[in-house]
Amino acid sequence: MTARLLSYGVLTLVLLFLIGPFLIIVAAALSAGESLAFPPQGLSLRWVFKVFEIESFRESFGLSMALAIFGTLAALLLGVPISYAIARYRLPFGETLRTIVSAPIIVPGIIVGLALLRYLVIPLDVDIVLALFIAHTALVLPYAVRVVSASLENLRSDIEEAAVLLGSSRVGAFFRVVLPNIRGGILAAFILGFVTSFNQVPVSLFLSGPGVRTLPIDMIWYLEITYDPSVAALAALLAFMSIAIVFIAERFLGFSRYV
Amino acid sequence: MSEDSFLSLNALTLAYGKSVAVDNLNLSIKKGELIAFLGPSGCGKSTTMRAIAGLMRPMSGTITLDGTDITRVAANRRQVGLVFQSYALFPHLSVFENVAFGLRLKRLEAGKLKQQVEEGLATVGLTEFVDRKPAELSGGQQQRVALARSLVMNPKLLLLDEPLSNLDARLRLEMRTELQRVQRETGLTMIFVTHDQGEAMSLADQIVVMNGGLIEQIGTPEDIYNRPTTRFVADFVGFENIFAVKNGQLATEQGLATLGDPIEGHPSGLAWRPGMVKMGEGQFEGEIIGSSFAGGTREYLLRSELGPINAEVDATQTIYQPGQRVNFDLPVARAAILQQVD
Repeated sequence: MTARLLSYGVLTLVLLFLIGPFLIIVAAALSAGESLAFPPQGLSLRWVFKVFEIESFRESFGLSMALAIFGTLAALLLGVPISYAIARYRLPFGETLRTIVSAPIIVPGIIVGLALLRYLVIPLDVDIVLALFIAHTALVLPYAVRVVSASLENLRSDIEEAAVLLGSSRVGAFFRVVLPNIRGGILAAFILGFVTSFNQVPVSLFLSGPGVRTLPIDMIWYLEITYDPSVAALAALLAFMSIAIVFIAERFLGFSRYV
Repeated sequence: MSEDSFLSLNALTLAYGKSVAVDNLNLSIKKGELIAFLGPSGCGKSTTMRAIAGLMRPMSGTITLDGTDITRVAANRRQVGLVFQSYALFPHLSVFENVAFGLRLKRLEAGKLKQQVEEGLATVGLTEFVDRKPAELSGGQQQRVALARSLVMNPKLLLLDEPLSNLDARLRLEMRTELQRVQRETGLTMIFVTHDQGEAMSLADQIVVMNGGLIEQIGTPEDIYNRPTTRFVADFVGFENIFAVKNGQLATEQGLATLGDPIEGHPSGLAWRPGMVKMGEGQFEGEIIGSSFAGGTREYLLRSELGPINAEVDATQTIYQPGQRVNFDLPVARAAILQQVD
């Protein structure tokens, strides 16, 4: 009985630790006061509405969305064939390939950002948006490969041979029988990649320049100048967006099976 | 190669990288036959089947099907069907769509397609569940779908990989009958691969026994069972007492032994099933060192001047005790005559 009480106690503390900051942000977002504070001074939605009026938030939200969508799509375009090659062919350098592809997860974002800035953006004079796109693609790639590989491993390879013997070409077999069966994995990889890219800070920090900022960077920048609750309102909105995406994904494709 | 050969493998050599799986294989099969490739795992039977299907490119040699050299023909154009051991059904498609898969690729008109799929499913006795996904079917039903999927393509040759091994005993009997019926009705040439001699014996017209990438013996089930010609086949079908023959005498661990009857011809070896050993009389003597009850019979292990001998005696006859010395004989007339004993 005591052990049980204790475990409930610990569980409550852990949940509080995980959800607490989120609750504080939501409360701060609903404040009627002029500055970011907890507990909130009065209740109002004025800061929530204010978020939509701030020009730079609108721009950086657009950039972050575009990066998350197209970066993840690009990562999948690379990641699906890579996963397929690793899963189906005993490549002599398969393990190496896997390691290289996973590198962006292991190497700290700060280093990736600095490296891209120092060796891509500065010497080659690459456009900042393009550099961000490359960086986000590279960052999402490991997740794409991991999730897609997992669903490929659950798929027997002889169904491709069966398709070929029924008259399909090798490439046709991939599109007709492999792709439809890893659809769930690809969708899961897309969602995971999207969220990863959207919330990405350290790499984007190095690659943000005048007028080009992703949303999280823009929020930091905004906070340095204006200490009002609109940042909290935006953070709460973004958190709800992430929750909604994951909830829908879980509901319709059992997201947690894949990640 | 004979005139009426439908499928022929000529000097076929198959290798995975540098390891040769099948070495210089020659085989010719008549139209409408049901053939079994029989052998232990790793004997090259599955590899040969994959090469016939076009899933593996031979290192050398040729494959001829129905008068055409198909060695370089792509797998999707060979008109060879394959029922996989795991069935390899498409998990995302319904039973109907699985069977329709190949027909859709042929761009068959909708009405005709539906008719052919239904005919195919009827042939294998599966008319319900057409809208179900493979995962919702039992193993036996899945296999029927896989069979129908290949049959509707009207292949020249149908290959089956271990068709009965994933089924339980009752279904195995049912499927065996089913396969024979389908073969009779369609007149299709079929080759199936198995490691189970009982399966091969009960199903095939001709059995090709393979070992170590080579063909050991080709023959009817009766030939293989009663007249094995190599040590491997003899051992595989239960001839437990196998001896090489030198100068008309049995070569044993203790030197040459002369049998009571003369050995005709010049065989390389002779082999006896345990039941063929004559117990209680004869020129040889052995000591019973092991005995076990086997239903209607009793099995004995003897230590003798010929080496260890396995004998099987009707359980109603004399029961020998361990340690007892018994006379026995190996009757030449009943022995299988082996041409190859190495």
